[in-house]
Amino acid sequence: MTVFVLKRLLGTIPLMVGVSIIVFAILQGIPGGPLAVYLDNPFITAKDLALLRHQFGLDQPLYVQYLTWLGAYASGTWGVSYSSGEPVAKLIATRVPATLLLMGMSFAVATLFSIASGVYSAVRQYSAFDYGVTVFSFLGISMPVFWFGLMLQLLLAVHLGWLPVAGFGTAGRWTDILRHLIMPTMVLSLFTAGRWSRFTRAAVLEVLNQDYIRTARAKGLAERTVIFRHALRTSLIPVVTIMALDLAGLFSGAVVTETVFAWPGMGSLLIQSISNVDYPMLLAILMLSSFAVILSNLLADVLYGLLDPRVVYR
Amino acid sequence: MNADGRAGAPRRASLFRDARRRFARDRLATAGLIVLLLLGSSAAAAPFLARFAPNQVDLSHLDSPPSTAHWFGTDDLGRDEFSRALYAGRVSLSIGILSAVVAAIVGTTVGASAGYYGGLVEGALMRATDVVLSIPPLPLVIVLSAVVKPSPELLILVIAGIGWMGTARLVRGAFLTIRESEYVEAARAIGAGSVRVILRHALPNSLAPVIVAATLAVGNAIITESVLSFLGVGIQPPTASWGNMLHNAESTMATKPWLSIFPGLFILFSVLSVNALGDGLRDALDVRMKE
Repeated sequence: MTVFVLKRLLGTIPLMVGVSIIVFAILQGIPGGPLAVYLDNPFITAKDLALLRHQFGLDQPLYVQYLTWLGAYASGTWGVSYSSGEPVAKLIATRVPATLLLMGMSFAVATLFSIASGVYSAVRQYSAFDYGVTVFSFLGISMPVFWFGLMLQLLLAVHLGWLPVAGFGTAGRWTDILRHLIMPTMVLSLFTAGRWSRFTRAAVLEVLNQDYIRTARAKGLAERTVIFRHALRTSLIPVVTIMALDLAGLFSGAVVTETVFAWPGMGSLLIQSISNVDYPMLLAILMLSSFAVILSNLLADVLYGLLDPRVVYR
Repeated sequence: MNADGRAGAPRRASLFRDARRRFARDRLATAGLIVLLLLGSSAAAAPFLARFAPNQVDLSHLDSPPSTAHWFGTDDLGRDEFSRALYAGRVSLSIGILSAVVAAIVGTTVGASAGYYGGLVEGALMRATDVVLSIPPLPLVIVLSAVVKPSPELLILVIAGIGWMGTARLVRGAFLTIRESEYVEAARAIGAGSVRVILRHALPNSLAPVIVAATLAVGNAIITESVLSFLGVGIQPPTASWGNMLHNAESTMATKPWLSIFPGLFILFSVLSVNALGDGLRDALDVRMKE
């Protein structure tokens, strides 16, 4: 098991290197390249630029630049934000908790909803409930997330006045923060809830057709025991895997959700950095979120191995 | 062989004939196709259907709510929202469809080369696919669009850039099986070259999943375009797209709700219908369904 995890961990290194090459290529594609920030400064002459270019090693061959840049990144030097002058790493760190709170809450809501509804609609296949869940899931995976957010704001905040339109609430006052969290959570969990619910339903249906389920029923076990002890455990294996794999998509959704609801997380930081043309920030967020995706894929792999006794470690 | 179970002369059953029959029985998928055709043709016929030019400013009718003259109301420049929504459909639908097509072509090429040639080519191509898959798609397109400030044509490439990996994996998988099949061996034995084997034998036999994936990708591409334009890094005004109409509407949503409701409904219905179509095609074409 330890060997298996270590092997997979080593396997993520080429992925991380690949991601860093793509991010470095984007950096080269920025008009003005790494020196873009100095181009608009009237006090910096062409001569200064040439000097800076030499000082920063930008006249070196591209692969030397890449290795230097990668080394700096690996040691935690992520550069300074163009817009605020503060270290990028520090600014991102202040935004991580809000994103984790929103993603964690949405993940929990989507998990509870999709497993409960997916299992129940598989057990009661073709019932009115099953039909309702299918329609809901279909709407969920087709909904433009940001527009759903706007419509919720219009209905629940502007017209009914039940919930605050946007923002995080007062730090430290949990009930206030939770009230602000309701709509963003609904918006962010909608797509995943729909997708996972369809997936759970299909997985449970497949397991219910297996021979060992028929055996369990033939033994005279209660239907409840058959479903929860025999069917559910097997059918949740692929569901757990897809959940871990979907974390990348959940982060994509968080970017949009945070922007619509002015939620002070990494996603809204990303969008602000675009308006501020803050390249070091953009690239750092891209790198960081990609690494998070790679690690969550690794987690999915390991979980699959842990949950499914049929998987043999090699 | 006959689907209705009657005995008789065996009819020639092709994948697509079977698929068409199954598809026609699927009411949701048929409804999706009809809605999509309606949306597409109304966008195509926008010059005939719209009573106003999309960018025609009317200072005497600023911010009017929906009325008989302006079905969806007007915006802060007095532009007719209905006309803009129709013209926006041309932009949003064609970007959605074309990005999915480009993504399908790129994915098929990558997957086919990897699956057919194997070895180093496969290793390199599939690792590259894994790398792109491990970057969160939306942040990647947002940053790319912010850097390249894309024209509509470039935007198609940018959106296709995050959508080809699934197809590449599918096609590679199909090719791995097909490569070992007897009909490919037979084709090689009579002297067919690689290109001929790929184009004539392997590709047609792995086409069904590609068609399904490409259809479902249209929905994703429509959403991606609308998100990018909503955030201000996609289609730039004054050209209307459903996404950038919502960009303008967001700040005045409370007082002028019609501006934010209608464009979103167009996005929702086009994505719903594409997804229904894709699901129907999957059921109709999927080989696993034929056991």
